[in-house]
Amino acid sequence: MYDFTYQKPSSLADAVKVLSGDMEAKALAGGQTFIPVLKQRLNKPSTVVDLSKLGLSGITVAGDKIVIGAMTRHADIASNPDIQAKIPGLAHQASLIGDEAVRHRGTMGGSLANNDPAACYPSAILALGGTIKTDRRSIAADDFFQGMFTTALEQGEIITSIELPIPQKSAYEKFRNPASRYAIVGVFVAKHASGVRLAITGAGQGGVFRHTEMEKALSANFSPDAINGIVTPADDLNSDIHASSEYRAHLIGVVSKRAVAKAA
Amino acid sequence: MPQVTLTVNGKQHTVEVEGRTLLVELLREKLGLTGTHIGCDTSQCGACVVHVDGISVKSCTQLALQADGAKVTTIEGLAAADGTLHPMQEMFREHHALQCGFCTPGMVMTAIDLVESHPAGLTEKEIREGLEGNLCRCTGYHNIVKAIAAAHPLMHAKAAE
Repeated sequence: MYDFTYQKPSSLADAVKVLSGDMEAKALAGGQTFIPVLKQRLNKPSTVVDLSKLGLSGITVAGDKIVIGAMTRHADIASNPDIQAKIPGLAHQASLIGDEAVRHRGTMGGSLANNDPAACYPSAILALGGTIKTDRRSIAADDFFQGMFTTALEQGEIITSIELPIPQKSAYEKFRNPASRYAIVGVFVAKHASGVRLAITGAGQGGVFRHTEMEKALSANFSPDAINGIVTPADDLNSDIHASSEYRAHLIGVVSKRAVAKAA
Repeated sequence: MPQVTLTVNGKQHTVEVEGRTLLVELLREKLGLTGTHIGCDTSQCGACVVHVDGISVKSCTQLALQADGAKVTTIEGLAAADGTLHPMQEMFREHHALQCGFCTPGMVMTAIDLVESHPAGLTEKEIREGLEGNLCRCTGYHNIVKAIAAAHPLMHAKAAE
């Protein structure tokens, strides 16, 4: 690992200042992706800014929403009784990320800021129609994810919390790579009063995306059979040693049906 | 050089480190606690698992400076001063839950957190899922699972005393 200066600011303003003033500075949340990246020398930050002293963790229910602090750990999301009761798909999803020790350190904000195309959370945030709160503004999930490892975040902008509307029903289904445990295809489905939203991770070349044709069919009839016969074009899907784009296209149908069956 | 102050196995240390020093490097190279192993360097194998403030973490995936002010327990901190093994260590011995032993420190630390966080009991499935982040290349999982199941009542009986 290349060496860097380490800072642990105690105010959000200080953290933003350091990160905004230096293009080579990087924020450190849980570090469960970032530190392995540093170890492989795939990134060479001048300064690493640890966000752990900014008071950004915690889960609160606020009316028809659940608000999750950006530094909240996967393990705390998986075991939180409010999330288990109100957004069971999210609690289940968090329990499938990495392994026990990784879930004890990894955070929701870190995962969203990284926007790995095979990460789990982007599918939940997009399907739930969440809002990403930062030090300076609110960003709708539909505008936040902008392609593989790319988000709407500006230089030095820090996610502070994630606001999630409580849906009527939710479920996550993950078809895992047997070795890495990352999603080859992951589907999060959420039934809202206003209609169904369904988001897919792991499969798209541009990262997470919504499947509008399935959403339309499921909004009319929330059952696995409603999406029978909906074909997903393989053109924009990933193809790698683990799965071809055609196979991923097929899996999207299968995994979506499983997700709907689980939620319904 | 920056300094980090932390408590390891009940003893406080203040150590000079670099920004990039990993917790596992601090433990092994600065404090000489080589019971915590580095197996893969890619955060997958779990041989480096220690407890930070009571929670199992991969010490190869945490900077030493992140552990400032923390209480760390390593495999060396489990046995009593007179050499009496921790019940989990005892059950690993009893059930022959190791072959080459390389993964054992991480397995034991993960297993203790798993048992402590499931006071009501652990199914075999839960034990196997709980070990997802610990790899044993001698294929010794069966006996590891048996050892953890056997340690559960011992650890909770002891906690109830």
